[in-house]
Amino acid sequence: MAKTDINNYVDNETRNIYNSVALNESIEKKYGLTKEILEEISKDKNEPKWVLDIRLKALDTFFKMEDPDWGPDISYLDLSKLATYVKPVEGQVRNWEDVPEDIRDIFDKLGIPESEKKALAGSGAQFDSEVVYHNLTEDLKKQGIIYTSFDEGLRDYPELVKKYFSKAVPINDHKYIALHYALFSGGSFVYIPKNAKLDRPLQSYFRLNAPGAGQFEHTLIIVDEGADLQFIEGCSAPGYNELNLHAGCVELFVEKNASLRFSTIENWSKNMLNLNTKKCFVGENGKIEWIMGSFGSKVSMLYPLSVLNGEGAKVEFTNISFAGKGQNLDTGLKIIHNAPRTSSIVNAKSISKDGGICTFRSNVHVKKNAPKSKLSLSCESLMLDSISRSDTIPVDTIETDDVTFAHEAKIGKISDQAIFYLMSRGLSEEEAKALIVRGFAEPIAKAFPVEYAVEMNRLIDLELEGSIG
Amino acid sequence: MKLLEIKNLKTIAEDDHDLNILKGLNLDIKEGEVHVIMGPNGSGKSTLANTIFSSPRYIITGGSIKFMGEDITGLSTDKIAKKGIFMSFQTPEEIPGVSLAQFLKTTKQSVTGEKVNLYKFTKEVEEYMSKLNMNYDYVNRDFNVGFSGGEKKKNEILQMLILNPKLAILDETDSGLDVDAIKTVSKGINLFKNDNNAVLIITHSTKILKSLKVDKVHILVDGKIIKTGDGSLAEIIENDGYSEYIK
Ligand SMILES: Nc1ncnc2c1ncn2[C@@H]1O[C@H](COP(=O)(O)OP(=O)(O)OP(=O)(O)O)[C@@H](O)[C@H]1O
Ligand SMILES: [Mg+2]
Repeated sequence: MAKTDINNYVDNETRNIYNSVALNESIEKKYGLTKEILEEISKDKNEPKWVLDIRLKALDTFFKMEDPDWGPDISYLDLSKLATYVKPVEGQVRNWEDVPEDIRDIFDKLGIPESEKKALAGSGAQFDSEVVYHNLTEDLKKQGIIYTSFDEGLRDYPELVKKYFSKAVPINDHKYIALHYALFSGGSFVYIPKNAKLDRPLQSYFRLNAPGAGQFEHTLIIVDEGADLQFIEGCSAPGYNELNLHAGCVELFVEKNASLRFSTIENWSKNMLNLNTKKCFVGENGKIEWIMGSFGSKVSMLYPLSVLNGEGAKVEFTNISFAGKGQNLDTGLKIIHNAPRTSSIVNAKSISKDGGICTFRSNVHVKKNAPKSKLSLSCESLMLDSISRSDTIPVDTIETDDVTFAHEAKIGKISDQAIFYLMSRGLSEEEAKALIVRGFAEPIAKAFPVEYAVEMNRLIDLELEGSIG
Repeated sequence: MKLLEIKNLKTIAEDDHDLNILKGLNLDIKEGEVHVIMGPNGSGKSTLANTIFSSPRYIITGGSIKFMGEDITGLSTDKIAKKGIFMSFQTPEEIPGVSLAQFLKTTKQSVTGEKVNLYKFTKEVEEYMSKLNMNYDYVNRDFNVGFSGGEKKKNEILQMLILNPKLAILDETDSGLDVDAIKTVSKGINLFKNDNNAVLIITHSTKILKSLKVDKVHILVDGKIIKTGDGSLAEIIENDGYSEYIK
């Protein structure tokens, strides 16, 4: 009689499924950050010269730029100790059977091939720096839909990639995006031609498995006029003592009348520095939906930017962050209303526990040329004890009077009286808290594709038990 | 058999240790009985119900609470529920994002320690809801969110019926209810009541008692039960008030 089965408890879940470690024999690592390394990576990948030029320029930019002077401290990141490129020896394949067994094992445990069979139109899997698997159903290929690893995209559709690559996120956007452009490897390339519609989502899964390594995947998605796409991004890593770095980049282009639903579950281990950059351009009457769940990582800094460039363009942003012990999740969003009648709906929630810190920065800018725009922002945080912290930091710049604007922020501690009420109905204190947290997260869970909603509930349970990390 | 035995119970408020609320309260309830507690505002009625449930808002400074012969003084709230005591709250909580259906199922499983048979359970919920004149569509709504005051109170009675405790303590379940809803709640209590369980009704009015067979009425003033009588005492209080008992 429950509304959907995603509300049911997941029994006997442990962190173990995320903790598998592959045999190191199949893996080759490169350390450090020099011109020579970039040249080597570029040569390995047979890249055209313009790509290497971008890498070298980015390296230069990285060394010239300063760390951000706000947000969590990340000064302890020592790039000389970081494996900047980790390559499985075998190349990319189209059959799960051909993926090296120890690597395939890990994806099996995460349920990736399984969900591809059941619910996806196409799927890709990246292991450390390289994509090990990529597949798209034949009928979609025939419609002209492109879904490949980023490297393949560069090889097979150089003109298309060159037209869009680094056009949404410039290489000097911030220090760690420069690092990304110097070292980028893997990721996905998607092109949905005019008016094409996919009835099932595409999914890319990113696994950072090597200890002390960095992952710098680049995802480029173009949804052409009138087309629709749902894209799912999953990320995980096993727990290590060494610091790992994720500095991925996502560039999205949603053209006139097109729509894209981009869902992400980030479940990094707690040794991860997650400095990810995402940006989307939306054309006339186009729509971008961001659905994000941020669970793992030691520090996250992630603020997807939506630029509503065409009249009537829309963004819907749904986010949940959960910071446990030792975690500092600094997330948020930026939205630029750059045309008339554009609209944004934001629904963000955060949960903090055992001293965890959640900060949500919302930065909206309505330009003069965007009259009749509508904004509705709601940020809610729930602190499970008095040592945890949740903040919301809104910055609103509105340059025209002709807007409808609603901004609601609620910060609160979990109610002792609600816990008492539930305990009087037989629930233990932990069960009572779990039910309240689950209820708090429910409107967000509903927005996710169902398998991911289940995963999200599992992660919430793991977080509440304190067993992530 | 004695279900509840309270001896010389004394409590203070957690956030104000100088505030003595219960000042030596005695109360015995046997299987099959219906008890009523009446008393002026602020006399300690809700405090008693909450103290039986080890609410963190109160500290017990003396006396004891036994349930079915076992000392349960200060036992954790969930364990008390599992022993078979239920309380209908004067102010029920809202739980956003958790449907009524999910709530009922989860709490039933917690109290009994067994998985419910979903088919049978759904039928049972449907039946009780119709007897309480509750709209069955509410099972899909968030628990108590946006419910009217009366609907929340009916929801407490629904939970009592579903969880089927040995002892149900109803703290002003009738206040704020319209005439028909009071009858519905009485009907719910009659549906619940049998020779093996007991009900303790905290109330300011005799309306809810009309169709019930009341065994004892207690007058609680200033943290103590100062008079106990049969059902007729409730009528007398309703007509004459408490002035006679307040110094
Ligand atoms: N948590 C608390 N902190 C401080 N004082 C409290 C607390 N709970 C109750 N009190 C005080 O103790 C007294 C008894 O309160 P209680 O709620 O038990 O009264 P009651 O008999 O249920 O009244 P009513 O008929 O109005 O419901 C009141 O004076 C109240 O203000
Ligand atoms: Mg009261």
